[in-house]
Amino acid sequence: MTSRMDARFAQLKSEGRSAFVTFVMGGDPDPETSLAIVKALPQAGADIIEIGMPFTDPMADGPSIQAAGLRALKAGMTLRKTLQLVRSFREGDAATPIVLMGYYNPIYIYGVDKFLDDAKSAGVDGLIIVDLPPEEDDELCIPALKAGLNFIRLATPTTDDKRLPAVLANTSGFVYYVSITGITGAAAADSSAVGSAVARIKRHTALPVCVGFGIRTPETARAIAAHADGAVVGTALVDALKASLDAEGRATAKTVNAVADLAAALAQGVRGAQQAAE
Amino acid sequence: MTTAIPNSYRSGPDERGHFGIFGGRFVAETLMPLILDLEKAYADAKADPAFQGEMNSYRTHYVGRPSPLYYAERLTEHLGGAKIYFKRDELNHTGSHKVNNVLGQIMLARRMGKKRIIAETGAGQHGVATATLCARFGLDCVVYMGAVDVERQQPNVLRMEMLGAKVIPVQSGARTLKDAMNEALRDWVTNVHNTFYCIGTVAGPHPYPMMVRDFQSVIGQETRTQMQEAEGRLPDSLVACIGGGSNAMGLFHPFLDDPSVEIFGVEAAGHGLTQLHAASIAGGRPGVLHGNRTYLLMDDDGQIAEAHSISAGLDYPGIGPEHSWLHEAKRVTYLSATDDEALDAFLLLSRLEGIIPALEPAHAVAKVMQLAPNKPKDHLMVVNLCGRGDKDVPQVGEILRKRAKQS
Repeated sequence: MTSRMDARFAQLKSEGRSAFVTFVMGGDPDPETSLAIVKALPQAGADIIEIGMPFTDPMADGPSIQAAGLRALKAGMTLRKTLQLVRSFREGDAATPIVLMGYYNPIYIYGVDKFLDDAKSAGVDGLIIVDLPPEEDDELCIPALKAGLNFIRLATPTTDDKRLPAVLANTSGFVYYVSITGITGAAAADSSAVGSAVARIKRHTALPVCVGFGIRTPETARAIAAHADGAVVGTALVDALKASLDAEGRATAKTVNAVADLAAALAQGVRGAQQAAE
Repeated sequence: MTTAIPNSYRSGPDERGHFGIFGGRFVAETLMPLILDLEKAYADAKADPAFQGEMNSYRTHYVGRPSPLYYAERLTEHLGGAKIYFKRDELNHTGSHKVNNVLGQIMLARRMGKKRIIAETGAGQHGVATATLCARFGLDCVVYMGAVDVERQQPNVLRMEMLGAKVIPVQSGARTLKDAMNEALRDWVTNVHNTFYCIGTVAGPHPYPMMVRDFQSVIGQETRTQMQEAEGRLPDSLVACIGGGSNAMGLFHPFLDDPSVEIFGVEAAGHGLTQLHAASIAGGRPGVLHGNRTYLLMDDDGQIAEAHSISAGLDYPGIGPEHSWLHEAKRVTYLSATDDEALDAFLLLSRLEGIIPALEPAHAVAKVMQLAPNKPKDHLMVVNLCGRGDKDVPQVGEILRKRAKQS
């Protein structure tokens, strides 16, 4: 684990609450606005920030995040600029862990070793790469761990007890439990099923388990956070961003606040969970 | 001459699905358990004589195999060089080679107890074959097709619907085959418990490239036997078009270890290789998409490019991983033909041989028109005529009307 990720989960543990993990697409709707949004998230209550690396063919994403990636690409976003975004964020925030999330091809083309060097020096803490299962660990996972970055794996409802050890073997930072079989932004997660799934994963690992996919409201966030070490929200934030854009898809004066305000409401939901549980 | 070649070009992939550096299993965790199940189920089926026997029976009585190996006498005379044979896979039930693979996969899906079949399609040939076998075996069928392809391949859309399949037009990206495949993968991730994904070409995560190749290899196996009967020896060269490359792999694979057989794959050069095209090997480089590492068209940031071809079936920015490996191993020579060259070949073949080919194999015929005249008359050249052109008649008719107006 990186020191930032370690410190953050230690701090959350001492405060007796779950993590609020936010996802936004890097460069959506343009690089400048995206940086302003990422900078506003810790203030709004985000404990960990996932930044999407835009890709033309996001096979596990629903329409909202697909569109966000295309907006970012249209605005000229590249992997190099996503790393620059993290670097700029780090100038003002040394504590909030940053996780880059996306697909393997842009990293493969950037060059794995160069990417890991640049990500580390930019202040990235972890990676979630959707299309790299444990069967392909030699590609990026092992080199990332060697470089001192977390490689955060997705576990899903189809990951049974037999397969879990393989999925968890080289996972670090936290485990991201995908609460539904499906794409981002699809069905709502059922909190009791999530509770038993998290308990099942925890029998196999001491790592924190954060839950994502299907969390859209403060109420759901609260319900999920009661069962997990963290709740991840992505599509709802991306939708709030989109709703604030003008007819041409450009940022307006409302865009940063639209995302920050929803994040603040969701953060209250997550924080409410532990109080209710205490 | 025989130095530095591997013992066999036919032993791949390795147990992790790699052909050299190509192939692999680059999929979301949700799908990984399914792919491992599929790999096991396919290995069992492959070793089961009853499965093979049943498949052979359907090949004979339902698909209409073996397809003829036909000596194209007038094209041979016209070009004045190699003796040209057509492997007539356009005569299969459903009108293309796609049915060879779909038959195998649908039989496997039934064996695995799956009741819902999804597929992606470009030209609609794979979609029609899938819809056909789903009708035959009473399975639910959903076909994802780019909205642009739905427009330009209307006859096949109608056929699929008449066969009882649900055709979903895909509006994302360039709205062609790549986007249809993304959408099919999204469906699969969502409906993992009851759904079998019937991939139409030798691409995707392991075991698909191997499995589809195996089902298509009947093309090359028949060709070996038929050429022995016709000429008493092996062919000297093979030519096939390549989108994902399943018809080509089916023809090539049984001949890969015969060094006397020259092998040519023909990619779609669209408007030309310096403009919009679909020639992944000629204009791309290795990358990772749709579950495998292979040659892809992309920009410097690793963003996948939009392909273009007159032929919806070749309009894909990638190629099967085994082709990428055969390219780097220099066993197969990859050429490309433009939209205009394919169109000329389409018309020539229609008039000389009375065979209206699909625009896909018209790309292969276009290169035969350049290769054959330079070969001696005793050179035996086999072209895979992998699909018939009925589906392309409205589109080509439109192009010819526009041409007539301009001149």
